[in-house]
Amino acid sequence: MRVYTFTTMDSEKPNPPKTGRRGFLKGGAALAGLAAGVGSAEAQTQGTPLKKIDELIAYGERSRFVTSTRKPVAERHSPDEFGLTFHVLTPLQDSFGIITPSSLHYTATHRGAIVPDIDPKEHRLMIHGMVDRPLVFTMEELKRLPYVSRVHFIECQGNSARASHKNVQETHGLTSCAEWTGVPLSLLLKEAGVHADASWIVAEGAEEVKGASSIALGKAMDDCIVCYAMNGEPIRPQQGFPLRLMVPGFEGIYQIKYLRRIKVVDRYYMTYDDYGHINPDPKVTALTHQIGPKSVITFPSAGQQLSGPGFYEITGLAWSGAGAIGGVEISFDGGQSWKNTELRSPSYPMAHTRFGYHWNWDGKECMLMSRCTDDLGTVQPTRADVAKYWNVPLDKVRIQGSNNSVQPWKVAASGSVTNGLA
Amino acid sequence: MASLRFLAAFIGICQLALPQSPTYRVGRAPTPEEIHSWDIAISPTGKELPSGRGTAKEGAALYLRKACAGCHGPLGSGAHAPTLVARKKEERTAPAIPCLSPCVNDNNTMVVHSPFATVIWDYINRGMPLGKEGSLTPNEVYALTAFLLYKGDVIKEDEVMDAQSLPKVIMPNREGFSLPPEWKHGQPRLQGYP
Repeated sequence: MRVYTFTTMDSEKPNPPKTGRRGFLKGGAALAGLAAGVGSAEAQTQGTPLKKIDELIAYGERSRFVTSTRKPVAERHSPDEFGLTFHVLTPLQDSFGIITPSSLHYTATHRGAIVPDIDPKEHRLMIHGMVDRPLVFTMEELKRLPYVSRVHFIECQGNSARASHKNVQETHGLTSCAEWTGVPLSLLLKEAGVHADASWIVAEGAEEVKGASSIALGKAMDDCIVCYAMNGEPIRPQQGFPLRLMVPGFEGIYQIKYLRRIKVVDRYYMTYDDYGHINPDPKVTALTHQIGPKSVITFPSAGQQLSGPGFYEITGLAWSGAGAIGGVEISFDGGQSWKNTELRSPSYPMAHTRFGYHWNWDGKECMLMSRCTDDLGTVQPTRADVAKYWNVPLDKVRIQGSNNSVQPWKVAASGSVTNGLA
Repeated sequence: MASLRFLAAFIGICQLALPQSPTYRVGRAPTPEEIHSWDIAISPTGKELPSGRGTAKEGAALYLRKACAGCHGPLGSGAHAPTLVARKKEERTAPAIPCLSPCVNDNNTMVVHSPFATVIWDYINRGMPLGKEGSLTPNEVYALTAFLLYKGDVIKEDEVMDAQSLPKVIMPNREGFSLPPEWKHGQPRLQGYP
């Protein structure tokens, strides 16, 4: 283990001072290194600048020792060219707090549109259809308008754990959470003047396939945001630069990237992107738009290893498409009994919320689970709850719609953690 | 006092009307031509469909000429791109690549799954051919749509597809869907689930 205490600037100096604060810190680090039985003061202070000082000043990057990365679903290493969706999973096992760094935010896209190259000066948003005053906005004009910044998760409907998944990145990596900034869609729609008999909107992107989704006007007028910024900077290209529609709590396909057009209409348009949701059973259809209350433990989770009995802080994420998270419970016996956890972050509506629990592991095998309750009082179901609802045997249950069922992690006496669905 | 009360009531009425009148006056009005050229979303009623026409026979020739066969296979199946023409059960082979969501295979080709023929027209028009999206003329889109409908046993080979006939085509899955429930703030997605 190397303790990366000093900046590269220190090591550039020919004779680092032996005394003073820096020397003291270095000595402290050396003692820490010796105490751990590894490393030396020299090893701890080494660090070769790979970039020029101007570059280091201009744009900060993470430590070279931090290597957490996204991964494509099913090990497909290139965007699909043939119309299937390409999904990239966020490394939830390495996450802290509730904000996903933009470069690690999950992404799902059609065909080759992983990074469309859109010049924001040329980009336009058109609002038309059943409105009094059709409008076209430049990016500059949109930024003149009143804006909001809100923390919201985006989750793909395909974010569904399987027995074959080896870690939380694979079981739950198609959800991420960011701060989104932009103009409330309701403001733009009011500016255009929506007709009284309108009931839906069709939102469309500018990428080559011009992906479009139908959204109920009630939702569009409620809390949707036409976003130009994410986590304090312009939205990254993979996330929809320069403009993305945020539809809080709805599954990912509604969060239209490269937003270019909103058409106000009087019926469900059933676009190609919509019709993947359709099902003859209205109950199943109802489960495919808004994300249900969902949580997962990120530590300890499958693929991780506990070093032995003793204290561990259990931590995880909870979110709901219907509102804020009211509470998260945890079970050590596969759902027989539940204990309350503590929320460790603000609980924003339709946002990831961090929970934690002090745990003294006795070294015995256990089945860890978390379940959340949103502020409507809806409780995240176990697979057994879902089987009971559809009246099918537990081993035959197929989760309909977006899968928000409880994820079990099996902790072995050896300290190894595996997928409890396996 | 009475006149003041009248004035207050009058202002109240004005405020009720305000939300639908422009407040910021930012942005400009698009020309009708701009709206027309951008408006590619086709309703199940087909009201936005442009004039033009096409038949399956013309579509079959276009399917080869526009290189559709290169990605979707000469028979509309068995290639890398999504299956367009469902094969009979005994003709089906394993897909060349894993079928991920949305998985388009013999069981849910656009003709099999789509409740409305307009969805097929809309998608070909907005998203095909790969790399030359939006380059097809309305006649070509009608012809290719007719070709897929004919290969899916939905229409006859000589049936003309145009803005009037296309929305009237009865698709195999015409009744196989339910509309999403009305969305309301602060409401669970499905009452009583689980």
